[in-house]
Amino acid sequence: MATELGPTPVKAPASGGTPVHHGPKGVGEDNRIASQGRWAAWLLAPTVVALGIVIVYPIISAIVMSFQKDAGLDPATGLFTAGGSAGIQNYVNWLAQQCAAPDGGTVACPPGTLGGQFWSATATTFFFTIVTVALESVLGFWMAMIMAREFRGRSMVRAAVLVPWAIPTAVTAKLWFFIFAFEGIANKLFNTTILWTGSEWPAKWAVIIADVWKTTPFMALLILAGLQMIPADVYEAAKVDGATAWQRFRMITLPLVKPALMVAILFRTLDALRMFDLPYILTGGANNTTTLSILVINQIRQGFNSAAALSTITFIIIFLVAFIFVRFLGANVVEQSGATGKGKK
Amino acid sequence: MTSATADAAALRARQDKGRKAAQNREKWAQGRTYISAIVILIWCLAPAYWMVVTAFREVGFTYDTSILPTHVTLDNFRTAFDTSFGNRFGQALGNSVFIGGVVTIVSLLIGVFAAYALARLNFRFKYLVLGFILGASMFPGVALITPLFQLFTNIGWMGTYQALIIPNISFVLPLTVYTMTSFFREMPWELEESARVDGCTQGQAFRKVIMPLAAPAIFTTAILAFISSWNEFLIASQLSSDATQPVTVAIANFAGAQPNQIPYTAIMAAGTIVTIPLVILVLVFQRKIVAGLTAGAVK
Repeated sequence: MATELGPTPVKAPASGGTPVHHGPKGVGEDNRIASQGRWAAWLLAPTVVALGIVIVYPIISAIVMSFQKDAGLDPATGLFTAGGSAGIQNYVNWLAQQCAAPDGGTVACPPGTLGGQFWSATATTFFFTIVTVALESVLGFWMAMIMAREFRGRSMVRAAVLVPWAIPTAVTAKLWFFIFAFEGIANKLFNTTILWTGSEWPAKWAVIIADVWKTTPFMALLILAGLQMIPADVYEAAKVDGATAWQRFRMITLPLVKPALMVAILFRTLDALRMFDLPYILTGGANNTTTLSILVINQIRQGFNSAAALSTITFIIIFLVAFIFVRFLGANVVEQSGATGKGKK
Repeated sequence: MTSATADAAALRARQDKGRKAAQNREKWAQGRTYISAIVILIWCLAPAYWMVVTAFREVGFTYDTSILPTHVTLDNFRTAFDTSFGNRFGQALGNSVFIGGVVTIVSLLIGVFAAYALARLNFRFKYLVLGFILGASMFPGVALITPLFQLFTNIGWMGTYQALIIPNISFVLPLTVYTMTSFFREMPWELEESARVDGCTQGQAFRKVIMPLAAPAIFTTAILAFISSWNEFLIASQLSSDATQPVTVAIANFAGAQPNQIPYTAIMAAGTIVTIPLVILVLVFQRKIVAGLTAGAVK
């Protein structure tokens, strides 16, 4: 990102020499940039310091902790040990699903223990992410296309989609827990007798449906904002040239809305990868609905340092996904939000 | 001549037919739009409606399936506030308002200045700072919770308000800066220029000209910040105590008279109480909120 700094022609502070592009007010401009830089530093300082305290400091201490042994009873000697350096043992234990053995070494974690759930939790997290984001993109796109049309009551629809968004996730989880209760409305409506939160696939689908309900509106609004940036005369011109509705969608709507769509998908993907509230409250992580975030929370009370290693792994996974999005799929969030602002001269 | 009139008539007929077909297509398209709109309305509102209807139902009719309100009662709202089963919903409401209020005010006080700098000033590393702030808002809460859990345990802050407020700032502050930056970009900055021509310093121009104009944007950002703090669950579920827990935690842990019986109607009542103010706020400021939500993602 450092290479994208300052697309403006003048970006160096006044450091002697007169570059060729300097017009009559070149030197004044340079001074102004330098004074703006000082101003900016003062204005940004509180935010940067605050974020340093609440984000950077915990991250660094999590990484430090992740290389420490958890204090506890030493399985070999039966004595209490205060921890000490663990090297990369915590990470190896998670990735290889190894647990401490009585002889001081490690054995494969027995099923049901937290240590044995790393890969299944990772798989569950990615499964939830892919399915919910895919469903939300398609549904959100459809909703946005409808809301972009002219019809009476359009503002009512636009208001209604904000309702699921405004309900806190914890309440959403309880609401769907009630809807999916054995005697609840979902079973009555479809005339089924499914124990929704009692077995693997119904539980997974319960989480997915609740998540899609809650977050599709956000997706739809982002895509709608993208749709509204497309000038109407582009469609008119295509119509005159005889393009069918499908062609207009493929050749105009999709490419022009793509930047907004990619940002929406990126936001939702990163959000889904850290999914916690919904499965934690709706299913309690039972029946293979434990996400990585739930696993970290369950681990905290069994050992900080091991939990720190797991949360660092989670962080790295999310970071990698974000990197892939920005680098290879062209979801340029920073540029989207920064480079083309009207206020910039 | 007759053939000419016949031709003209045929042409008119064809045109009429074409126009009618076009009208029909138009009508059909309109019809489909309305059907889709109704589907969206039902999909978005039905579950929320079900929560409200259930909140007003007698406990004995928890699983009643009639769409209209039946067996209407206010008992569930009394049960929601009842503390005899260990629930502290009323207190939790106060906690959420307090935590959300402090987080919002602190984030705005700090964030407005950063947003102004990002929107208005040219300086080096601008995109690095923007990227850092955006990255911060995407940050997984679990990556913070472990070290904070240990730190707060060590310094005796577990279950205190500051232990809930400080981590909330980690995601509310980036959101505030991000939203305010895009609002600031849209403002009529010519006014600031003319104020400076009239002899104001940059600081005075900001205080006297820009701040009053920015008031609606700041208010919208405050709503968004408050909502995201109000909705927080992960950190609060680990770091709060019975006395400081916010409503999200209180609702998630809501207990009934018998341990094996889930007090659905009371939970729906509590959910309704938590949700209604937000929904009203969101509907009243709908346009502004949508602008704030989508700010930065497009433009």
